[in-house]
Amino acid sequence: MKANKGKISVMMGNVVAANVARLCRPEVVACYPITPQSEVAETMSGFVADGSLDAEIVEVEGENSAMNVVVAASMAGARVFTATSSYGLVYMYDAVLQASGYRAPVVMINVNRETPGIHAVSSGQQDMISTRDAGWVQIIVENNQEIADQLIMCYRLAEDYDIQLPVMLNYDGYYLSYLNEETEIPEQSDVDAFLSVLKTQPQRPRIIPGKSTGCGTHGIEMGYVEARYKHCAALERTKKKVDDIDKEFANYFGRSYGGQIEEYCMKDAEFAILTSGSAAGTAKTVIDAKRAQGIKVGLVKLRLFRPFPEERLLQAFKGMKAIGVIDRSVNFGWKYGPIATELKVLQGALGNVPILSYVDGLANLDITIPHIGRVVDEVGAAAKGKPYQDVTWIPME
Amino acid sequence: MVIKHKWIFKTESAWSDANEKMLCLDTGGWRTERPVLDQTKCNYCGICAMYCPPQCMLDKGDHYEANLAFCKGCGICVHECPRKALTMKPEGDFTHEG
Repeated sequence: MKANKGKISVMMGNVVAANVARLCRPEVVACYPITPQSEVAETMSGFVADGSLDAEIVEVEGENSAMNVVVAASMAGARVFTATSSYGLVYMYDAVLQASGYRAPVVMINVNRETPGIHAVSSGQQDMISTRDAGWVQIIVENNQEIADQLIMCYRLAEDYDIQLPVMLNYDGYYLSYLNEETEIPEQSDVDAFLSVLKTQPQRPRIIPGKSTGCGTHGIEMGYVEARYKHCAALERTKKKVDDIDKEFANYFGRSYGGQIEEYCMKDAEFAILTSGSAAGTAKTVIDAKRAQGIKVGLVKLRLFRPFPEERLLQAFKGMKAIGVIDRSVNFGWKYGPIATELKVLQGALGNVPILSYVDGLANLDITIPHIGRVVDEVGAAAKGKPYQDVTWIPME
Repeated sequence: MVIKHKWIFKTESAWSDANEKMLCLDTGGWRTERPVLDQTKCNYCGICAMYCPPQCMLDKGDHYEANLAFCKGCGICVHECPRKALTMKPEGDFTHEG
């Protein structure tokens, strides 16, 4: 069975997200508008108002309530949707932790923006990084079509009986939220068909009126240890599940993103660049140009950030002579960027290869073609045994 | 890793039946005072049981008694009793009970 060709429209990332969220038929939606996410909240409300989405919209006074509403609704068995960004994400932080602790399969869009402290209404992945240890599945996408396709896959993943975890879908604020791009929006019947697998699975536990079921009140000794162990085990299972769902999506819809990571020109690469989000799109342009000059460079786009795709990265980077990592956020307390720091955990298995950390693109500064070109040149030199700089903040030089 | 732990919860998360597992912590150990009933004053109205936050008052047919395994000694039952049949007594008075 193959999906029908969907309607191709030119829409901005936020409107794509809302349109596809609608096709996933969430039953309870609570979104508090925040730049650069607002069109997601507005469009979802519009769909309910015009009757094209049969969902309960709970109007909330802030993001903390939004997350509490969707967690509770999810625990009652509903399919839920919410979206946020930056200040909103950190304002709901306690409820974000509860969502994963309760194993509530909430699907949330997080439109990446810099976090509070230095008031920046601009792009950056710092908000996502600040919830790194919240026990959620965190996925980063590159373009509007990937927002659409991954959002459908997020519901398959979150609600899978073997997973039962909240999933945060991240895309770059401003770069994608307001980018108008050609996007194929699948047909309702095809989204229904793709998600119908969930109906064949056992019913997950849920709150039932009149029944004395409880959840989350067991933070005592071995009950706590057991719940934490199961949570970590589910995150481990998530890695293969992401790959499997991507393959199934490719078979049905004809588009594949590689699952946990996307490998670009990696087959015969001698050294590689690792990055994520919209910067990966720019990086592909640079890789093409460098390849045309005969330079054997490859790109790995990190799609799954939590759980960290240890095995896939080791496989992809096997034999690389140097790796450059471009982070769009900082890692307070480490000099390397967050993704670079995590890659360094794999240094033992990768062997003594240089890992060069680059911080770029903070606060809406573009990660440009010349910037990535420079990274490729420096990582290429390091691959040949030349001395290199451990950490480079590109805009500071 | 070989798991020797005996699973407590049947589900992925800590979902359970409140009647079985929710009172699994012996909160009685937190108590410094306990409610003691003067049965001559009690008319079995049940207000103590209604107000008890952890709902640990046991129905004894003609009066209520705190389940001391879970009673934290908050004293709300004493405060609410309209006939002043309950009084708080220090735990030290009961050390001989072990």
